[in-house]
Amino acid sequence: MSKNNNSTMRQNGQSARLPRKRFYRARAHSNPLSDSHFPIPISPADVDYSQHYPHFFPSERSDHDNGSTPTPKIRFADIGCGFGGLLVGLSPLFPDTLMIGMELRDKVTEYVKERILALRAANPGRYENISVVRTNSMKYIPNYFEKGQLSKMFFLFPDPHFKEKNHRRRVISLQLLDEYAYALEVGGIIYTITDVEELGDWMRSCLEDHPMFKAVPEEELEADLVVKLLSFATEEGQKVARNGGQTFRAVYRRIMLEDG
Amino acid sequence: MEENLIEKGESSREGEVAPALIAIHPRDKSAVVAVGPELRVYDIAGNCPISLSDDSGGPSHSESIRAIGFGANGSVFASAGDDKLVKIWMPDSWHCTKTVYAEKRVSAVAVSRNGQHVVFADKFGLVWAIALGEGDEGQAPIDNKAVPILGHYCSIVTSLKFSPDGRFIVSADRDFKIRITVFPKRPLKGAHEIQSFCLGHTDFVSCLAFACPIDYPQGFLLSGGGDSTVHLWDFVSGRLLHTCDFGAQAGLVNSNGTEMEGGSAVIDSGCIFDKCSLHGIILLNCDFSARTLSIAKVVTMEESYVPTSLGLSDLPKHLWMVMGVSNIPTLGTTKLLSRVRVVSGFQKDPSDSCVHNAIIMGDGEIPGGEELLEKLQGSLDVAEEEVTLAATAAAVKTSMHNLLIKKQYSVEKRELQKRSRNDKKLKQ
Ligand SMILES: C[S@@+](CC[C@H](N)C(=O)[O-])C[C@H]1O[C@@H](n2cnc3c(N)ncnc32)[C@H](O)[C@@H]1O
Repeated sequence: MSKNNNSTMRQNGQSARLPRKRFYRARAHSNPLSDSHFPIPISPADVDYSQHYPHFFPSERSDHDNGSTPTPKIRFADIGCGFGGLLVGLSPLFPDTLMIGMELRDKVTEYVKERILALRAANPGRYENISVVRTNSMKYIPNYFEKGQLSKMFFLFPDPHFKEKNHRRRVISLQLLDEYAYALEVGGIIYTITDVEELGDWMRSCLEDHPMFKAVPEEELEADLVVKLLSFATEEGQKVARNGGQTFRAVYRRIMLEDG
Repeated sequence: MEENLIEKGESSREGEVAPALIAIHPRDKSAVVAVGPELRVYDIAGNCPISLSDDSGGPSHSESIRAIGFGANGSVFASAGDDKLVKIWMPDSWHCTKTVYAEKRVSAVAVSRNGQHVVFADKFGLVWAIALGEGDEGQAPIDNKAVPILGHYCSIVTSLKFSPDGRFIVSADRDFKIRITVFPKRPLKGAHEIQSFCLGHTDFVSCLAFACPIDYPQGFLLSGGGDSTVHLWDFVSGRLLHTCDFGAQAGLVNSNGTEMEGGSAVIDSGCIFDKCSLHGIILLNCDFSARTLSIAKVVTMEESYVPTSLGLSDLPKHLWMVMGVSNIPTLGTTKLLSRVRVVSGFQKDPSDSCVHNAIIMGDGEIPGGEELLEKLQGSLDVAEEEVTLAATAAAVKTSMHNLLIKKQYSVEKRELQKRSRNDKKLKQ
């Protein structure tokens, strides 16, 4: 197989440390129309999160405690995070919780990285719990997260893909919900919001039809700090709010599959 | 964006050939070869060729068959492929009882352990279920209609297998991924509960097999892929137990993981697996207590023999191989020939060296003998047709090569195209 590690290394660009080779693999299905390649971890164990969250991974930990303290794990994932407004809003609310944004666009991902580094520099000790990866979340969720690892997943203002034949490109679908249910722990919550009514209906009905999700009751939503961020924290949300647009929200809990 | 790619990739298939397939009845009752749209069956138990009949009211296969398989007890057989037909056969009479229309070309098929459902995967990575008999409890039988039950987003499913206890359906894809899904009691409502993912391959996964030692009835999963490795998995947890990198170990260049079959009801310590490679097969030994794989034996064959598919029954006395393609672009012949070979020496042997006496049998010695060969190969003297065989081998190699380098190649090709455009400009 061709080795395109050089290009992936360049694009990784997160650390001066040499990336481990097995972390990278030849891209089979990236879009050759754009010559971009992004690294895909072979499995969650292959992701070196100490690069993403250095404060949570003291460098000499492995010398002292022989795995007695469990490795901190990412608990929140913002899928299609765009410019990262949600992560920035969530970070101070859950300072001990690791969160990651997943974004397909290279430039946007680079922007979020810079943004986080700048926030960390300006606010020592803060914003250490957020990071971003460039990936296609519709294909590689299982490469990043173990079963039941996440407690929250966010899908804020996803691309609507209006045409019927493009519905299968929507980031919420009955099939993709299987993978989100896999990554979420039982009791974990999936938050979706959009300003496109048709997409809002679609996301709600997919969640409604999926046997491993159940709507979170309205009272609970009112008490949930996070819900308030959904419509205002992200760049897209702010744009919609500025224009006085309506939003459609569906918040569901991961439940155990009843036998059947 | 990626979707466009796949859509495009699938529509421009000129020159693509479909490999011949072989399947052996789990109780050694019959052998089936698929070449192009043809399904050839020989009744090994009754020692006679079978002519198929069709009660389904649907059409026969008109394009290459891409997937065939028996159900666990041999009571059901399914065939499917490029013509988007999924045909269900009853192997006791070899009648086709059902023809189901798929929306896309079919890439993989499997029969559930209890013989109640047939599942198949289409070229969009969707996996569908068909209920045989009554349909799911509480639901009206949905006649000749398949229901999507799970999906590999934007990938192509290369293999579907049920776990030995029937609890899980395993699907492998071109994107290096193996998904283990609970196969529900009522599959037509969807198979949503993912048990695990087996992630470790660094290229497409081409084949899956289960190995079931007596003291571990849940079984182990084996997978082979374009990265020249076979992985051994604890599939319930998704944990990788061992990797056999036979590309490196056996010094074989470019072995490409066409097919693998695992005897599932095999013996105590030594279980037999085989890995098809260029001009030969590699027999792997699985040490279940140490949970490791090692190469037991490499059976090499003449240059012109490149097996395209392997078959084993549940009582694998023999390992069956076929070489053939749906069409040979260079020859333009319409006669679909294939070459069947059989390796013996798989007798149950309590000592672990059970594959060491594996040898290729002569045509006269194989079960069913020459009559079987005449049926399955399309001609008895196929061995004589050296030109055809060589061309077949070449076509097989080319198609495997294309599969391996497909995407990388497209980038290079674009570069070439760019350059050739420049050349033209210069000339003008
Ligand atoms: C309309 S924007 C919303 C961004 C952000 N959530 C917000 O509310 O401002 C949708 C984002 O999802 C990203 N995206 C689309 N498909 C994706 C995929 N398969 N994987 C990761 N990101 C994706 C797009 O690049 C885009 O930045």
